[in-house]
This record gives sequence, structure tokens and C-alpha cells, in this order.
Amino acid sequence: MLDLTEAFVELVRFTSTDLPADVEQKLREARQREVPGSAAQGALNAILQNVDLARRTGSPICQDTGTPLFFVHHQPGWSARQLAEQIRAAVAEATRRSFLRPNAVDSLSGKNSGNNLGDPSFPTIHFEETDGERLVADLILKGGGCENVGAQYSLPHAGLQAGRDLEGVRRAALDAVHKAQGQGCAPGILGIAIGGDRGSSYLASKQALLRPIDDRHPDPELAALETRLTDEANQLGIGPMGFGGETTVLGAKLTSLHRLPASFFVSVSYMCWAHRRRRMTVLRDQVSYE
Amino acid sequence: MKSLTLPLRAEDVLDLHVGDPVTLSGVILTARDAAHKWMVETLVRKTRSPRGDDEACASALMSILDGGAIYHCGPVVAGLATAEYRFVAAGPTTSIREEPYQADVMAHFHARAVIGKGGMGGRTLAACSRVPFVYLHAIGGAATLIAQTVTRVIAVHKLEFGVPEAMWVIEVKEFPAVVTMDAHGSSLHREIESRSQQALLRLIGFEAEAGGPG
Repeated sequence: MLDLTEAFVELVRFTSTDLPADVEQKLREARQREVPGSAAQGALNAILQNVDLARRTGSPICQDTGTPLFFVHHQPGWSARQLAEQIRAAVAEATRRSFLRPNAVDSLSGKNSGNNLGDPSFPTIHFEETDGERLVADLILKGGGCENVGAQYSLPHAGLQAGRDLEGVRRAALDAVHKAQGQGCAPGILGIAIGGDRGSSYLASKQALLRPIDDRHPDPELAALETRLTDEANQLGIGPMGFGGETTVLGAKLTSLHRLPASFFVSVSYMCWAHRRRRMTVLRDQVSYE
Repeated sequence: MKSLTLPLRAEDVLDLHVGDPVTLSGVILTARDAAHKWMVETLVRKTRSPRGDDEACASALMSILDGGAIYHCGPVVAGLATAEYRFVAAGPTTSIREEPYQADVMAHFHARAVIGKGGMGGRTLAACSRVPFVYLHAIGGAATLIAQTVTRVIAVHKLEFGVPEAMWVIEVKEFPAVVTMDAHGSSLHREIESRSQQALLRLIGFEAEAGGPG
């Protein structure tokens, strides 16, 4: 297997400094919808200027470079342990080069490790072995502001009159968007998992965020709910930064998991507008990024 | 657009209203979770006795914050190895986490502005009128853009809290923000929260007077 440490540093740099085109396009469309001269439009102007400036200067889009979440699909015979070592070395190097803020804090002592390396779950790395010759590594940088407004519901929920069906999911998701107000840096993107246990459900809600904003869920019922949730979340009028306005979310991505008979979780991961997700593909010794 | 230069007087603050776009120039202090807890426990409520450089730090803050501004921000800073500090990315962090502390901190230091994102709650809003001070909303995530308004890093206090949590004394020029909580009892956040609550109740089929989701 190759030493991909430098390639992973580049993945981190690219993710932190260069917002994906589909997200930027959605932000441009959102700007068109806001009232000229409004605080909402002013916020989107600043956001789009910042996206452009970060890309040109190679500096982080947002100072909260978050938890680095890696999802690595690797070919048979490659060592996940060695890949993890390379990723950890790359994260420390990217921190030294100011592409990442040192974010790993010991929860008991309060000490910041200074290089983004904490216990084995910081950075978070998920491995899966797949057939073929390719290694595909996805990275999401998810900041703390939006992570804090994520929410998990156990249905049925009496207060929301939310039962164990897609109507219940809709009610829970809208409640989560309302509770988040502007604090997750609206307009955000919703990753929503239905089912699983508490842990697998939250994980799946984050993996849902890897999908392109405009793709369509293969299940027509979930596809329809994604569109409806986006539309209805925007009717809440929370708007960019919570200033009030037409766009509160840029999109919603649903996924479902098997569950226990006793449990029905709806997990909402809120991703801020600075939806930093990038992919690296390695085929033999060729590395490419998208 | 109102151009504000620090330090601010009480009458400058009373002149500001929710919705006003402003730019801020002068010396400001970054402070977030660990700093607010430290300030309240060590300097305001004095439930923790001063140690190390606490007293020297407190007197430095007294002069910076009298008429000054606190910025809820955990920056990306370059030049750590040589102490030639430069702000690379410096957008606001979510302010509501400082709700238990903010009113006391502002009153203690006679600070006139707090800058952050997402707004703050009732206790802080009441203190806005009493102290008085304003809450200025910066654009969350616009970190590279905002870092360009930081012209100089003057000093850093409590670097042992870690880079994001340390208190950085910085000079800014034309830092852009919007007044979203003023010293006249108005809060854009309270208004949007209430309006969006009504919209939520309609979308999930509750009558507004039924009390709604709990």
C-alpha cells in the first residue's frame, strides 16, 4: 500500500478552504430569493464573498474546522491501522499549516492537544473494505455550532403528536429546525436518519450529508418528503443567520435503517451552510479530488 | 451604515437600534466558554481564588473592556511557533452558551458591546438596557472575510486555555455586524423565534392557542 499522508493533507486543505460547487450554487439561488437590502441578503452576500476569498487565499472558510469525519472505503489487503496512522499524521500537519484549528479538547482536564489528535475517536475515521482497486475517502468538517443543534427524537412523541410513520418524521424534523433557529449557521442542510439505535442513527444521519444536495432519493416516498421538508422548513421564516427570510435550509437528505421493535428514532444532523465535504479517490498511484 | 469606534460611551449604545448595520473599529477582546467561566468565577462572583497571572490578567482586561467589546470567537491563528501571531480565520461562535455569564461580565467591566452569532436570551437582553450595551451579530462562518478586518494581534491572555479559548486582544478596522439586541428592550431573535413558532404550529396542524409542542 501507498503512503498517502500528503494526499490526505491535501484532502483536508481542499475541504477546509474550497466549498463544493453544489452548495455554493444553492447559496447563490438563496441570495436571489431574499429582499434586496435585507439583513438576510446582506448575510448571504458576506457568505458568498467569504467563500470566494477563502478559495483564493487558501484559508479556512470557517474558523471552526470542526470534527474531521473521515469515511474511508479501501481495497482488500490494505491496512486500516496504517491508513489511520497516515490520516492522523495528515491532520496534525494540516493543523500546523493552519488549515485546521486545534480542536481536540480533553473533556476532563480541558486541555487542548494543540494538533487535533485526541483519543482514537478524534479525528473520527470509519473504514469499510470494498472490492476493486480504488480507495475512496470522504471527509466532512462539521463545526460545533451546528453539531450542538442536532437532535434525536424517540417516536411516538406526545408533544408533537408524532407517531411512528413518515408524518411523525416530518413533525420531528420541523421541530428540530425550529429549535435550531439561526444557531447552526442557517441556511443549513439536514441529514436525517430514521431508525437504527441511538448511535447508528446519528452516524447514518451524517453519512446522508455526503449526498449531493440536488440528487433524488431512489425511494419516491422519501424523495417527496425531502422536497416537502425543505419547502416547509423554509416556511418557518428563520432565514439566513436567523435574521428572518426566505431560506432556512438548503436541502434535506433522508436515510432509513432497520430498528428494534421497541425503538423508532429520528436523528437530525444539522450541517451549517459551510458544508465542507470533499472526496479523494486513489487508483493505483493516481490521486484525484472532487 | 453606522461607523463605531471603540471605546463606546453609554450614549453611543443608546443611539443603536435592532436592524442597524454597523462597522466597528478599535481594540476588541475575544472570549468564549472557558474565558467567561473564568471571568465570572474568579472576578465577578469570586467563588474561585485568583492564582497564577489571574490578577495581572484581570487588570489588563479592566482597561481593554471599559467601553469595549467582547467577541465570541475562537480563531485560527498562524505564527504560534514564533509568537508572531496572525488571524487567519475568525468568524463568530454561537453566543447562547455564554447566557449564564454575559450579563455579569458586561456589568463588571462596563463593556458596551458583545459580538457573536445566534443571539442571546432574556437575562442578557434585560442587561442590555441596564448596563447598557448592545449585541452585535456577525456573519457566522464568514471567517476569512472577517479575519481581513483584523489589523493587528496586540496580546493574548490565558493561552493555556488553548488557541480557540484564549483571550486575544486584537485591533479591528471596519468589522461588519448588525445590531440584533439593543438597549431599548428589542431583540430580533425573540421576534423571529416567536414568528417561526407560529409557523411551526400551523405546519404541524396545531392551533396556536393549544400550547403546541412540549
